[in-house]
Amino acid sequence: MAGMALNSDTPTTSKKASSLIYDPKARGIFYQVLTLAVVVLFVWMVTQNTIDNLRRANIASGFGFIQGRAGFDIGQSLIAYSSDSTYGRALLVGILNTLQVAVLGIITASIIGFIVGIARLSQNWLIAKLAQVYVEFFRNIPPLLVILFWYKGVIAVLPQARDSFNLPFQTYLNNRGLFVPKPIFGDGAWAIAVAFLIGIVATVFVARWAKQRQMRTGQPFHTVWTGLGLILGLPILTFLALGAPLTFDYPIAGRFNLTGGSVLGPEFISLYLALSFYTASFIAEIVRSGIKAVPKGQTEAANALGLRSNAITRLIVLPQALRIIIPPLTSQYLNLTKNSSLAVACGFADIYAIGGTMLNQTGQAVEIVALFLIIYLSISITTAIFMNWFNAKMALVER
Amino acid sequence: MQPAVFEQISKGSGTVTSENKTQTKVGKMKKTILSVAIGAAALGLASAASAATLDDVKAKGVVTCGVSAGIPGFSNPDDKGEWTGIDVDYCRGIAAAVFGDPTKAKFVALSSKDRFPALQSGEVDVLTRNTTWTISRDTSLGFNFRTVNYYDGQGFIVKKSLNVKSALELSGAAVCVQTGTTTELNLADYFKANNLQYNPVVFEKEADATTAYDAGRCDVYTTDQSGLYAIRLKMKNPDENMVLPEVISKEPLGPAVRQGDDKWFDVVSWVHYAMVNAEELGITSKNVDELKASGSPDIKRMLGSEEGSKIGTDLGLTNDWAYNIVKQVGNYGEVFDRTVGPNTPLKIERGLNALWTKGGLQYAPPIR
Repeated sequence: MAGMALNSDTPTTSKKASSLIYDPKARGIFYQVLTLAVVVLFVWMVTQNTIDNLRRANIASGFGFIQGRAGFDIGQSLIAYSSDSTYGRALLVGILNTLQVAVLGIITASIIGFIVGIARLSQNWLIAKLAQVYVEFFRNIPPLLVILFWYKGVIAVLPQARDSFNLPFQTYLNNRGLFVPKPIFGDGAWAIAVAFLIGIVATVFVARWAKQRQMRTGQPFHTVWTGLGLILGLPILTFLALGAPLTFDYPIAGRFNLTGGSVLGPEFISLYLALSFYTASFIAEIVRSGIKAVPKGQTEAANALGLRSNAITRLIVLPQALRIIIPPLTSQYLNLTKNSSLAVACGFADIYAIGGTMLNQTGQAVEIVALFLIIYLSISITTAIFMNWFNAKMALVER
Repeated sequence: MQPAVFEQISKGSGTVTSENKTQTKVGKMKKTILSVAIGAAALGLASAASAATLDDVKAKGVVTCGVSAGIPGFSNPDDKGEWTGIDVDYCRGIAAAVFGDPTKAKFVALSSKDRFPALQSGEVDVLTRNTTWTISRDTSLGFNFRTVNYYDGQGFIVKKSLNVKSALELSGAAVCVQTGTTTELNLADYFKANNLQYNPVVFEKEADATTAYDAGRCDVYTTDQSGLYAIRLKMKNPDENMVLPEVISKEPLGPAVRQGDDKWFDVVSWVHYAMVNAEELGITSKNVDELKASGSPDIKRMLGSEEGSKIGTDLGLTNDWAYNIVKQVGNYGEVFDRTVGPNTPLKIERGLNALWTKGGLQYAPPIR
């Protein structure tokens, strides 16, 4: 009997083992662990091989160079920088320059893109066709060519420094850039900034109150005008109350060039315009598709309710279109940021150009390429997180 | 932007044959600096760092040299697509020494930014690309320098109409410069030391920097003096530009190889020394055959016609290595005169690059 029991036991254990093999869940975990192991092994091997090879080739490695003196100058910088600064600071200058062109480019591209996208749907034949020509022109040219077009164009068309265009308010334009008077704020100027912030906060509260009132009574309120009045009016009043503590540093002609004032170099201008115009053509198409995707019945229903066409666009069509527009718009913002690395073609000191110089002075290619990856990844992921938050906010709330 | 790298197989120097016209010019977009760096780090260096470049070169049947993309007199494709210049001829000298055939040299045009990763990763065997020998390149980059095939110094070029007579008057000027060069660093040091203000406009490619200067974006362009004379020729109106008298740096230009490969380092170095020694001994490409048979013991030893001499084989080459260099490429003076000398459009005097016997710095250890 004991033998029988033993015999009957054996199939159960083998059944257990085989059931583990045939269990899809267990198999799934096994394959995932295996894949993870292979990936980790690969990364480890590449890292190890790199370290070995760098050592064998007698190439210095490590991130210690960041503390070293940079020794080179940078033409365009938003923060104080000289050749005595460290490589780390040079890198920071590059990051800020990249962010500057990316943020301004994103804002301008969005504005142009929305205008052109809506213009393409215009009833007016000429406006619609002009918008179409714009989109097809910029969409079908590589961004590098657009940048070179602007850069060579700007340099070639604008006059030499000695015969600059004189524009109003002592502003000058020549092939060295746009020279504008530089504002210098006197004592108490911080109060203006505070007033500006108060204006923004107050506008938020007004908007909230206006919305609640409209929900309750149906009375609309001119939030936009009130907001503008608060955001612009408060700082202006503060400014006047302080006795206008503002002087200007005007550009004056030096021996070679205009000195003083603030200057926007042709490198920055051409990159900024090129990225804005290029990306705007894609944004225009995204906007058009978003608006087209809103069912016609929505417009017709709004018409039937007696809303004016302005209100229909603003209150019915755009909010629904935005839900479709935002995800592809995020990709375009990321593209613009990444395309800014083409700055190197027109001599703008973005992160890629400065990193390239550092790479050459120190020879530490692996470290600097790693820094490139980390920096672009951080900028892009931050943009993506913000846009995802905005998307979630705009998404249809189902009740 | 991807740096375009133009590769082409050289077809000998000087003579134009129908063969030359049929040569294919392969212009292909090459690796970005990024892929060079990562590829080098992850995969390439393992094979590249094998310490026997000479054997690799012999096995490949061609020596690959990194050169600049277009500096007249140094390395520049002429109107027939043929590479010419003093750096190019150095490379042909190496090919003549190793293979007895100067056409077995392959040129890879590199921007100043791409040149070091290209050598580190083994994409080129030697960098004969007007590269300044500095201590950091010699040590932290992992290269070796020994010979100087051109003694240079950094200068400035300005428009004559600005009425500038000295670099010390340049305060407030916009200066165009190429990135990743010693030039960029010397510029910063010089203006700082003399308390001058300037606005640097930095480009990755030399062509972009000089075009911007020519278009009036900058008041000044700065690079090595030899480069200034070369670039002046390419301007819209060369005569409206002048080179300022100041030389603000020492720029010994010479070939670089990877560290840890002494045999290859020796071959590259002695090619230059053979050319200098040949000039000193009066051996030219015209009289080399005659002198090989009937020259002094010095000359016969060098040209490999001395009985039982092992100089060439000890170097890892054949005994007629120096003969091949002089016969097929020429001595140092011939190369200088042909590429950058007074009879070329560049019109550069020998100056520092004259032989030591004539007041210059070109001095070669003896071949014995």
